[in-house]
Amino acid sequence: MTAETVQPQQPLLRVQDLKIRIQMDNGVMNAVDGVDFEIRKGKTLGLVGESGCGKSLTSRALIGINPKECETSGTIAYRSSQEPEAKGEALDLLALDPNGRKIRSIRGRKIAMIFQEPMTAFSPMYTIGNQIMEAILIHRTKNKKEAKKLALEMLGKVGISDQEKRFDQYPHEFSGGMRQRAMISMALSCNPELLIADEPTTALDVTIQAQVLELMKRLQQEFGMAILLVTHDLGIIAEMCDEVAVMYLGKIVEQAPMKEIFRNPKHPYTKGLLRSMPRLGGNKAKRLESIEGSVPIPVNMPPMCGFYDRCKDRIEGVCNRQSVPATQISDTHTVRCFLYSDQKGGQ
Amino acid sequence: MLQYTLKRILLAIPVVFFISVIVFYIIQLPPGDYVSNYAAEASVAGEVFTQADMDAMRADLGLDRPVYEQYFIWIKDIVFYGDFGFSFNYNKPVLAVIEQYMGLTLTVSLVTMAFQYLVAIPIGIYCAVKQYSIGDYFFSGLSFLGMATPHFLMAVILMFLSYTWFGDPLLGLFSAEYVNAPWSMDKAIDLAKHMVIPVIVIGLSGTADLIRVMRGQMLDELNKPNVVTARAKGLSERKILFKYPTRAALNPIVSTFGWSLTSIFTGSTITAIVLNLPIQGPVMFNALLGQDMYLAGTWLLFMALLTVLGTLISDILLAWLDPKIRTEFRGT
Amino acid sequence: MRRFGKRQAAAAEPAMDKDANYSSQWRLIYVRFKKHKLARISLVVLALLYAGALFAQFLAPYGLENYDSKYVNAPPMKLRFVDAEGKFHIQPFVYGLKSGRDPETMRKVFTSDTEKKYSLQFFVKGEKYKFLGLVPSSTHLIGVKEPGRLFLLGTDALGRDLFSRILLGSQVSLSIPLVGVGISFVLGLIIGGASGYFGGWLDAVIQRVIEIIRSFPTLPLWMALSAAIPPRIPVVRMYFYIVIIFAFIEWTGLARVVRGKFISLKNEDYVVAAKIAGVSDTKIIVKHLLPGFISYLVVATTLAIPGMILAETAMSFLGLGIRSPATSWGVLLQEAQKIDNIALYPWKIIPLGTVILTVLTFNFLGDGLRDAADPYKR
Repeated sequence: MTAETVQPQQPLLRVQDLKIRIQMDNGVMNAVDGVDFEIRKGKTLGLVGESGCGKSLTSRALIGINPKECETSGTIAYRSSQEPEAKGEALDLLALDPNGRKIRSIRGRKIAMIFQEPMTAFSPMYTIGNQIMEAILIHRTKNKKEAKKLALEMLGKVGISDQEKRFDQYPHEFSGGMRQRAMISMALSCNPELLIADEPTTALDVTIQAQVLELMKRLQQEFGMAILLVTHDLGIIAEMCDEVAVMYLGKIVEQAPMKEIFRNPKHPYTKGLLRSMPRLGGNKAKRLESIEGSVPIPVNMPPMCGFYDRCKDRIEGVCNRQSVPATQISDTHTVRCFLYSDQKGGQ
Repeated sequence: MLQYTLKRILLAIPVVFFISVIVFYIIQLPPGDYVSNYAAEASVAGEVFTQADMDAMRADLGLDRPVYEQYFIWIKDIVFYGDFGFSFNYNKPVLAVIEQYMGLTLTVSLVTMAFQYLVAIPIGIYCAVKQYSIGDYFFSGLSFLGMATPHFLMAVILMFLSYTWFGDPLLGLFSAEYVNAPWSMDKAIDLAKHMVIPVIVIGLSGTADLIRVMRGQMLDELNKPNVVTARAKGLSERKILFKYPTRAALNPIVSTFGWSLTSIFTGSTITAIVLNLPIQGPVMFNALLGQDMYLAGTWLLFMALLTVLGTLISDILLAWLDPKIRTEFRGT
Repeated sequence: MRRFGKRQAAAAEPAMDKDANYSSQWRLIYVRFKKHKLARISLVVLALLYAGALFAQFLAPYGLENYDSKYVNAPPMKLRFVDAEGKFHIQPFVYGLKSGRDPETMRKVFTSDTEKKYSLQFFVKGEKYKFLGLVPSSTHLIGVKEPGRLFLLGTDALGRDLFSRILLGSQVSLSIPLVGVGISFVLGLIIGGASGYFGGWLDAVIQRVIEIIRSFPTLPLWMALSAAIPPRIPVVRMYFYIVIIFAFIEWTGLARVVRGKFISLKNEDYVVAAKIAGVSDTKIIVKHLLPGFISYLVVATTLAIPGMILAETAMSFLGLGIRSPATSWGVLLQEAQKIDNIALYPWKIIPLGTVILTVLTFNFLGDGLRDAADPYKR
């Protein structure tokens, strides 16, 4: 477990033992199975993993916008440095009524979110301006004129020119990159402390991707917000993050500062991920490796390592007999693998 | 937008022309003509009709000319004089007959239409939001039954129930004492009472259909990412529901306005026959059977025109409601 | 270049995943359909209904022409096991009917005559008929000994057994929509397919024709065409006319669906690839296009059937469809048109139940098929 190491300051958000269970026809799916992590003020945490590993569910659980079918447990301790929560104790976001006033005053205001598909994330029925203004009207001002001014200002900040005209246009009149910029301006319009970015550039062309990431970095410095970046792309992680958590099958299998993950990966899954990543100046004759097999579906799983079937270094009789505890390798590096664990069960 | 509308109207003109030809062909199809029908009825009554009498009557009504000539005369009169011909049965111009029944027909149809949308849309939203709840199952079951029950029998059953519960089957649109009475508050109330059964019966299948469409649309929309976005912004569930999914789900519903009136107009025919309503359905039905060809033809033509017009209105509404199409006409 | 690469990848995929999980389209549909409980039940009910129609002459105690003025508007008889003295009989029986007059209303009423007891018998000899239209026979599944009568669901205004008539009427009511939809299916497939696949002037002409036919409101068109059927023609021809009218109106909807699917599929990469590779038109249509939407078409067809059943019922009810001596559910319901009839002889509304049952089951079956055929639904 992440031991209570002495931090210079309390984290903005501390997630402990987050579990999300979904009732299926053929049993209960443990989509997220005991996740712990912290997000520090102004820093970027990357949550990386294959599709279906539970990273999106985890990120959405932070502000309670998962569908009703998701049974969520654990604690999400949120410690705001802004008024009015600043002086108080940490607030457990999970304990709040998911449709209540309190959590709604946090959503969009303190913790904002941007999504993968900016086309469908905007409603085609309303103008971009209408949809950006909406958040401002809820959280910042009741005055429409002022809200519009703020929205236009935001559009300018994300690099959209000709804002007055753009403001009255519909999402289909925007290009993909423009839409994502608009989405970012919408998310940042209330000056949040934490931005959750769920695959923010996956749907975009590579060149646009770089621009959008650059924009996010710049705005992070300007606004001083923390970012939780959910992605499957290690390249983006390398560019953006301070800290990385690798997720596999509902569990965080390895967590360390970004440089540490790239230089000194421990978990066989992390290693596999890194090997499957193309590198500039790498050995051209060598083919990229891929991880064999596919992710199992976590329905009625016995206690064992989820990566067991695909792992080259598996220890039979150990890895498939019990669930794997997290091992602290250094102050900042934890891994969930028996290769580094002293407690190999009954052996 | 205007250009689009004009284009659609121009495209509809040849369709209308062909329809008029087919209509005329269809009303000629039944064996015999008005005169032979009339003669048959007369002979039942004991009158003797000779061939000469029949020929004279035909010549008098213009039925002795070739079919295409009859058609052109009919069309010419419609286009140039707005004269739709003469109803043999009523011994009046067709237009006068239609005028006589149009007021009540429109009243019944419009009330039915309002009933359909006002009932179906809230129920559809409710069923989608509370999917798989008891209420959802109840209304879904009810709408299935509504679609499976033939109108006319529903009418009979409701009449029967009204008879056993209130002692009055509420036949027709007015009680006997009001039929020829001048308009008054009491007569209007009486009409309203008599309209309950027809409106329910005529509107039933449309309502059932709309509930299912609305529910399906809402379910689609409720699962769209823009709902999640709205939630992430901190909007309340109620606001989200009405601003995003409902607005989007209403689009296809609103576009049904156009043809829904037509389908009510035509769908009411059988119900009107069973319930003995003084609206156009039964009148035209009898015209069709009795070979009152200009009346029947005008009615068919009118219905077809309504359908064309309804589709036109639906298309235009749909285009106007869709920002994608609307912005194209804005000329950015 | 990019398109081509994508296509190659798509082609390579199935080969890689030759796995038990990757079964054929029909098998997947079957598996999903099996999960749809209501649709499964509906299929069984429909099978029973159609079996009933197929063997109607054998199952019905009486034939179409059988009537008896002594038993006009007789109520349904109860099948009993226990007689008036409280004695139990292993063989079910019915009591005879005694007619009398209601002392107040002076209307004819029937009461059970406990003196006369007729046991229900199986495989009794009765009126002659042709089994399945081929084998002459006179055996009926159930019946009672003469002079007893078996009116399980009562009789109509001419003293005809309603149960028998519902069974015999189902032959018409259940087959008309099936044949009608069958014809419109073929018409829609051919005409819509040609329109969508070849496009150009052919498409333009067909589209205009469809537009014109669809501009007619269905019900008045039905009424007008049905009114055009001469009144005294043989039953077979009348049946034929009605089917043609239904198919004539219905095919346009299916043709539009087919056309739309053809147009959207013909630009799919795999179809373009086949075309470039020089595959013939027929082969492209049969091998690549049809499988892409045939399931969808089956669903559309199934969902078109309830409308036809209701239309046939309505037309027959108005006297524009099937006419005496043949019968259908709509004809049987003519007697339920007057509320006095329903008030006095409520059993006359029974055919309504069979209509609703059939329409509902077809609707559920169609819904089940649609859910099973739609790969984008859960």
